[in-house]
Amino acid sequence: MGKLTGLLKRRGAPETHTVLVCQGTGCQSSKSDQIQAALQQEIVQLGLSDRVKVKSTGCHGFCQRGPTLIIEPDGIFYTRVKAQDVPEIARCHLDDGQIIDRLLYQHPGTLEAVSHYHDIPFYKKQQRLIMRNCGQINPEDIQDYLDTGGYQALRNVLSGMTPEQVIAEIRRSGLRGRGGAGFPTGQKWQFCRDSAAPQKFVICNADEGDPGAFMDRGIMEGDPYTILEGFTIAAYAIGASQGYIYVRAEYPLAIKRLRIALKQAREHGFVGDHILDSDFSFDVTIKEGAGAFVCGEETALMASIEGKRGMPRARPPFPAQSGLWGQPTNINNVKTLASIPVILTRGAEWYSSIGTETSKGTAVFALTGKIANSGLVEVPMGTALRQIIYDIGGGVPGGKSFKAAQTGGPSGGCLPADFLDLPVDYESLTQAGSIMGSGGLVIMDEATCMVDIARYFLSFTQHESCGKCVPCRVGTKQMLEILKDITTGKGRAGDIDLLVRLGNSIKVGSLCGLGRTAPNPALTSIRYFRDEYDAHIRDHRCPAGVCQELA
Amino acid sequence: MRSERGDLIAILQEVQARFGYLPEEAMRQVARFVAVPESQVYGVATFYSQFRLTPGGRKTVRVCQGTACHVQGEAQILAAIKKEMGVVPGTTAPGGDFGLETVACLGACSLAPNMTVDGDVHGQLTPAKAVEIISRLVEKR
Ligand SMILES: Cc1cc2nc3c(=O)[nH]c(=O)nc-3n(C[C@H](O)[C@H](O)[C@H](O)COP(=O)(O)O)c2cc1C
Ligand code: FES
Repeated sequence: MGKLTGLLKRRGAPETHTVLVCQGTGCQSSKSDQIQAALQQEIVQLGLSDRVKVKSTGCHGFCQRGPTLIIEPDGIFYTRVKAQDVPEIARCHLDDGQIIDRLLYQHPGTLEAVSHYHDIPFYKKQQRLIMRNCGQINPEDIQDYLDTGGYQALRNVLSGMTPEQVIAEIRRSGLRGRGGAGFPTGQKWQFCRDSAAPQKFVICNADEGDPGAFMDRGIMEGDPYTILEGFTIAAYAIGASQGYIYVRAEYPLAIKRLRIALKQAREHGFVGDHILDSDFSFDVTIKEGAGAFVCGEETALMASIEGKRGMPRARPPFPAQSGLWGQPTNINNVKTLASIPVILTRGAEWYSSIGTETSKGTAVFALTGKIANSGLVEVPMGTALRQIIYDIGGGVPGGKSFKAAQTGGPSGGCLPADFLDLPVDYESLTQAGSIMGSGGLVIMDEATCMVDIARYFLSFTQHESCGKCVPCRVGTKQMLEILKDITTGKGRAGDIDLLVRLGNSIKVGSLCGLGRTAPNPALTSIRYFRDEYDAHIRDHRCPAGVCQELA
Repeated sequence: MRSERGDLIAILQEVQARFGYLPEEAMRQVARFVAVPESQVYGVATFYSQFRLTPGGRKTVRVCQGTACHVQGEAQILAAIKKEMGVVPGTTAPGGDFGLETVACLGACSLAPNMTVDGDVHGQLTPAKAVEIISRLVEKR
């Protein structure tokens, strides 16, 4: 290919390039902003400005190999680019059309260099719907979004669909909430639509508190427009005139890009009064969280928007009847909303052809931990774990063996190798004792101690428990103390049964989802890795060699 | 009235951005401004982990304790910082050069283990690398 483009140039064909430089949080941490500035300068110096365009994009998903850049139209993918590589990229590739082999992705198995973005196994096996624009468009330029067909869905909706028709289409698509529980989105919208009230609200839940998860962050940084478009359509469907996007404070870049997107959308008449000259008016406020995991829970989140401590409350009444400031409120996750425009432009039928019987569309995972290719991955619902971990993720590095896949964060569980062929969807993961959750997928190898992981999650939930209800406040503390004992060699016979009994009562007795799911990491690890607990308690031995006191 | 109360958290965030923490007198004034009891302002300030009631260091180092970072050895990083720099999470280095905190996930999990210095992410850390970055904060005086 390098030779081919070189040839093209020598024949005098005008060779134009667009360089997509990732400016996601991951790549920026390794100075992709400086790389872009240096590249821009080099291009000017070489007099290439009229045929080479440099464009910032959001996350390409392959953060681990960052900083990454893609050179279009050929789709050449360079990884781990450093500032000192820039002159060579400008001279050899952009001017001379020669591919620079040493910057290409190297297949970990065959050690072969792969030049094209689409041929890299990490991308090849993905199906990107929600993240279709991430890494492709400039997330700070609405024109780029419009050029890819952005805001067509909203135009269609406002020019020819009633709210009922929109809801019917979303129901037909089979879309379920991506925030964790998987509630059917169309049905949720219908409940809120049916609640009569002069004022209704919509909320975009961008709190993403699960440790080890950054899907929503990637989407906000890569394509904030599609979230806003889906959000506006949701507001139209339920009849809301005001929306809030509640974003984690730890995500400054996502907040910045959402603010820019909102400003531009307002200037283009996609947000504000009489949107696209229709009767529909809708405004959006961005709210920053202040560091409380429980605020991802919908009732706590609403308390936080109201300026209070983020305490959950009992449901019913559900937010659809009485939510923010007592008014009917619809709350959806970032990925749920980002799915709306693509469903409406391509149709419910097309969307529901992707996925499994009960779970439609795609799932976005943050694939991390002991994995060769770490990053953001989007696959059809029903894809087997093995495919995600081995085909896309490249397996466990360092010659170690796979031990467990953790899904669902502190509400989920660790699944052992027996489940590698499990087609991943809401039902199958719940049946296995974990949950789909919002998309964190942490891979653990033989050097990970499952008792330590259970202790880790319990200390997280115990710390984040808001303290309102007793089962969660006191129960998680008791579980944590027992797990601490086990990991420090003070475990006693009977501890495992006690953990199971405690866990089950916390699950039934707690007020909100935090407590009701907090025991899951401990309960699943007991279910699948009981021998590790036995080794700690009976033999005072940590098989993985993690627990210091037992080493 | 309603919107002002809803702005309480945002106002406290601005106060903290200005002073680096929430001084008592500032919280009193915020309470009067938003017209809520002082106890409520204090309640909010203590509920959210972002807020601090005492001054921090000149720089803030946050070591990630998220799942991906935990699996990739966050504990060794904190242990090294404690051993080499004598600072544990929740405290400030002698002389006030930096404050050390922990955070549950920075959203840069592919680069685990991570930490931030005043918001800038440093990824793929080793204990030695983390100590080196932090030492530079001290030497810069
Ligand atoms: C403790 C706790 C934390 C949660 N955190 C989040 C979160 O960070 N993001 C999110 O979208 N949903 C979170 N949820 C789920 C929300 O309560 C709610 O179900 C979701 O936002 C609904 O959106 P969906 O229907 O689009 O999934 C959390 C729930 C609980 C119990
Ligand atoms: S777990 Fe450390 S950045 Fe996500």
